[in-house]
Amino acid sequence: MTKTVEERERVVIRFAGDSGDGMQLAGSRFTDATALIGNDLATLPNFPAEIRAPAGTLAGVSAFQIHFASRDILTPGDKPNVLVAMNPAALKANLAELDRGATLIVNEDAFNKRNFEKAGYSSNPLEDGSLSGYRVHRIPMTSLTVAAVEGIEGASTRDAGRAKNLFALGVLSWLYGRPTDVTKRWIEQKFARNPGALQANLAAFNAGWSFGETTELLDVQYKVKPATDVPAGTYRNVNGTTALSLGLIAASARSGLSLLLASYPITPASELLHELSRHTNLGVKTIQAEDEIAAAGMALGAAFGGRLGVTATSGPGMDLKAETIGLAAALELPMIVVDVQRAGPSTGMPTKTEQSDLLMAVHGRHGESPLPVIAPSTPGGCFEAAFEAVQIAVRYRTPVILLSDTFLASSSEPWRVPAVADLPSIDPAFAVAAEGEEFMPYTRDDRLARPWAIPGTPGLAHRIGGLEKADVTGNISYDGANHARMTELRAAKIDGIADEIPPLTVDIDRDPARPTRLLVLGWGSSEGPIRAGVRRAREAGHTVACAHLHHLNPFPANTGDVLRSFDRVLVPEMNTGQLAQLLRAKYLVDVESFCKVQGQPLFASEIEEQIAERQ
Amino acid sequence: MSAVASGNGKGNGHGHGGAPATLTKADFQSDQETRWCPGCGDYAVLSAVQQFMPELGIPPEKIVFITGIGCAGRFAYYMNTYGMHGIHGRAPALATGLASTREDLSIWIVTGDGDSLSIGGNHLIHALRRNVPIKILLFNNQIYGLTKGQASPTSELGKVTKSTPFGVADHPFNPVSLALGAEAAFVARTIDRDRRHLTEALRAAATNEGAALVEIYQNCPVFNDGAFSALTEKDTKDANQIRLEAGKPIRFGVENERGVARGADGGLAIVDVADVGEDALIVHDPSRPDPGLAFSLARLADNPTVPTPIGIFRQVQRPVYGRSSLVRESPATDVELSDLLLGADSWTVA
Repeated sequence: MTKTVEERERVVIRFAGDSGDGMQLAGSRFTDATALIGNDLATLPNFPAEIRAPAGTLAGVSAFQIHFASRDILTPGDKPNVLVAMNPAALKANLAELDRGATLIVNEDAFNKRNFEKAGYSSNPLEDGSLSGYRVHRIPMTSLTVAAVEGIEGASTRDAGRAKNLFALGVLSWLYGRPTDVTKRWIEQKFARNPGALQANLAAFNAGWSFGETTELLDVQYKVKPATDVPAGTYRNVNGTTALSLGLIAASARSGLSLLLASYPITPASELLHELSRHTNLGVKTIQAEDEIAAAGMALGAAFGGRLGVTATSGPGMDLKAETIGLAAALELPMIVVDVQRAGPSTGMPTKTEQSDLLMAVHGRHGESPLPVIAPSTPGGCFEAAFEAVQIAVRYRTPVILLSDTFLASSSEPWRVPAVADLPSIDPAFAVAAEGEEFMPYTRDDRLARPWAIPGTPGLAHRIGGLEKADVTGNISYDGANHARMTELRAAKIDGIADEIPPLTVDIDRDPARPTRLLVLGWGSSEGPIRAGVRRAREAGHTVACAHLHHLNPFPANTGDVLRSFDRVLVPEMNTGQLAQLLRAKYLVDVESFCKVQGQPLFASEIEEQIAERQ
Repeated sequence: MSAVASGNGKGNGHGHGGAPATLTKADFQSDQETRWCPGCGDYAVLSAVQQFMPELGIPPEKIVFITGIGCAGRFAYYMNTYGMHGIHGRAPALATGLASTREDLSIWIVTGDGDSLSIGGNHLIHALRRNVPIKILLFNNQIYGLTKGQASPTSELGKVTKSTPFGVADHPFNPVSLALGAEAAFVARTIDRDRRHLTEALRAAATNEGAALVEIYQNCPVFNDGAFSALTEKDTKDANQIRLEAGKPIRFGVENERGVARGADGGLAIVDVADVGEDALIVHDPSRPDPGLAFSLARLADNPTVPTPIGIFRQVQRPVYGRSSLVRESPATDVELSDLLLGADSWTVA
């Protein structure tokens, strides 16, 4: 039969199922196919902290959302247009986030009494009229998959049961005209050593596609044209973890400093350890340390030896690393500390995102120990942030904290791959002995950075430590005036970084007839929703400016001027107002907070509402 | 001891050479004024270490001393090598980062009983089990000195200190048996006052390729004076020092009249040689793969107020941490980096 093809500018699909249903896999395969078409896209996985929560329960629901469009998009989407629900729990957990009229594609086979009980349904939602406001497609995915796999040599019943995610992927791939060869190629590689599973998964995927093509249940196929407003270049799909790893490796290559990552397993930062551990052939060494403290110590030990020392963790691990970061600040050695923020306090919600470590990053050490804090704002931006963190650490001989978060780490987007030649080189500028001069480890250059004199260099043997050091000589000093001077020098060095970072740029419509009075200022991973919300508000006729901070300490030099040039400043954050507090303290500007601490990213619609309220 | 001992037949384990043959103790003395209390055992150890260093045949700039917090922590400032005075208990972590990325260095840790066995216990045991190429000198004075006299994890039960006015109630660690339990490949015990024995322990530790732990009984004259007097005083030491020597029956005593043999219960016991005959004595062999006997020897004395073994308990070869052929030292070339950045699934937008 011939089916209608309708065009859509943008679509948000959420794959949801039990955490054992393979939804992350289905979502990421759909993503790769979507990237190849040339749609702009953004994704957001959302999974429970438990590896295997009881099957069929709300606690065990795992979801993967993808937003793709024919124009540039900024977020993984607030509300799905399409929900794929593999069981009743997945439906129940996600339905509230859908607008009426949205499309539901459900695995009818899983809608049975037992699963209703587990999900807390007293009646079958497919039958009781509660879904009457939605377009519901009921597909018996389990039984169709089993039928498709039946008779394949070497494929077990278990293989058949597990392949239903590929069936769902096949249906969605047909529905949105995704290319199939990239998915099939992936299946062939993934299951190369298990022919039974390979054939089962291929059969399930093909069956899903054919089902879409032939069944009368689905009467419309949708088309989303390639995005045309993206700059020319070579692209790949990356999440924040991959981009951050690539940024560190690139900085290692461009500085000639081999890389040591020392980490202790912690969600969600472990992914960085996994990723970098794969690249030992590129001068990358990784250590799974005995604890968070040791991980920081190892990174600092490597830095002392003239290597690129990196440690990565999430909230609770930052608490433990504070002592070592303080030592690094006193030793004035380059070191990178990555904090993939998650919802706290304490263990909090390990798989949920938050921006609540900002004050800790800026202030969370004893004594006066200022250090630079950098926050990427997009998954791809993690590359630049990592590279820049290394540039600053090396140039200023200081530990740098890079504040990522769960959202950035796991969400993905197309990323324009930089040409290696365009990446600046980073000069470690190791100290060498000067003839006839005694080496002084705490002399300073124009940036107030001290020499990086690494063991093995003749003539520079010296001792440094956590005790206060005399200016210039680095000898132990308990002199009060010297301590005051050293405290000022350490602070002035970090403050001076503001002279070399880009100014805060403001996105504003300069229309003399309609002066813009409101600035929306964000930081970190909320850039997408903020820019999307601002765009929508402008489309609705509002005047509003926005700006985004990537440097949280020091702030760009023009930050105060920017803040003071607007009547009102709105600061949306996924915490209870931490950036707002820093801005108020430093600039005495009466900024207004919009706070959200639900473990979820900000929504563009929320930003739009906040802007509208302030017109 | 001669400052330039050679011919121990084992090399230095680092393969540097090339150092000027004229290195002397003075080359390893920094210009910093030593500031331990008068009579502190640390002076003797510092002097022995500085005296021994030229033997390594390694230029001072290739040697790094990393220390923790406590009186022993100051050690780094007095060595004219590279040095880092770290934070409390963390020296093994700092050293692991350095050692695993700089194989060319000779790395020494100086730590105390509180630093390494209390706040830094986790780092110590993991550095030992990994066999990180570092030499750990553990100054054990059974007390917190720098914080002015609190009980340490090696303080004996019942000891009255400022923090334990009614006596220590926490069972102490035995550092040698702890290290053996942590899979250490090299473990020795020596005494600050015995320069010759101490130097031999340093030499053996230096020649060992992986992690080496040397416990040094070190007298704190201010807060725990005489803790090791049974092993150090002229009139008692011969009766109490059980000197372990590879290949020899374990004998000790003023007249060499006592020894260590297996008891009736299978454990080790101190015996009179006249009763059991020399053949019944344990012949010491630190290279034994099974650490069981070394462990029993370590636990022969609960507290060094009675006959206590000193010397090398264990010296075996295990793979050295960080020496993996899978890891390439040099960072990515431009071509490699370009390939890595592109990944497997890229596309081009014209």
